[in-house]
Amino acid sequence: MEAILFYLTALVAVVASFFVVKCRNPINSALCLVTNFICLAVLYVMLEAPFMAAIQIMVYAGAIMVLIIFVIMLLQLASVNKKAYTHGILGGGVLAALMLVLTNRFIAGGEATGTGGEITSEVIQSVGHTELIGRAMFTDFLLPFEIASILLLVAIIGAVILSKREI
Amino acid sequence: MISVHHYLLLSAILFSIGTLGVLTRKNAIVIFMCIEVMLNSVNLTFIALSKHVGNMDGQIFVFFVMTVAAAEAAVGLALMIAFFKNKESIEVDDFNMLKW
Repeated sequence: MEAILFYLTALVAVVASFFVVKCRNPINSALCLVTNFICLAVLYVMLEAPFMAAIQIMVYAGAIMVLIIFVIMLLQLASVNKKAYTHGILGGGVLAALMLVLTNRFIAGGEATGTGGEITSEVIQSVGHTELIGRAMFTDFLLPFEIASILLLVAIIGAVILSKREI
Repeated sequence: MISVHHYLLLSAILFSIGTLGVLTRKNAIVIFMCIEVMLNSVNLTFIALSKHVGNMDGQIFVFFVMTVAAAEAAVGLALMIAFFKNKESIEVDDFNMLKW
């Protein structure tokens, strides 16, 4: 049952991400990208990370995709894309295939060390995934959390300045 | 039974497809979306290995990757709008103002 669900979701994810690359119209690419995000959220649930799945749906499929689709609509790109929309298919394809082969060799050639940590399925079931994330984030990772907030502030200011009229 | 190798293989495939898109597409917004595919495949790697080794730290890193992706979306799309105002185009072949 788990295997069937995994293979189905993985197939949809791979096909959707391929059509992100393939589609001529950027709106179709964006819709395929949403499909890919939702498939990954399903995989996160299968990996016992429901909080990450919720964040994936809300942040990626919600906020970031709304931004991208808003920009596509604003720039009215549908009328521009009559001519060739790709370049360097051969080089890019060879390089991507090479990367796939290389990563497969890495995956097949090694085993992860440090397995058997304290966060098992039973701990996630009893304590709750969100609480575990919150505890880790606000104790061990407090400084990176604050740095992330500063990064978001800088990004907001940068976006506001870049969208001024004189640039 | 699905092991961690399946998830790593899937994320390698997704990363390669994202690389293909970044290298071959001309439209800057589509390139941006392919970068999002690559970031998501890395997130899948993090979460799969986080479950495999029984440690929460990988999922915290996914959280930070998402933060950086959101900041990147805001700034990158603002840059694209500014570029489109100047050049009336969004294709990467027209990004040649620093070339001489």
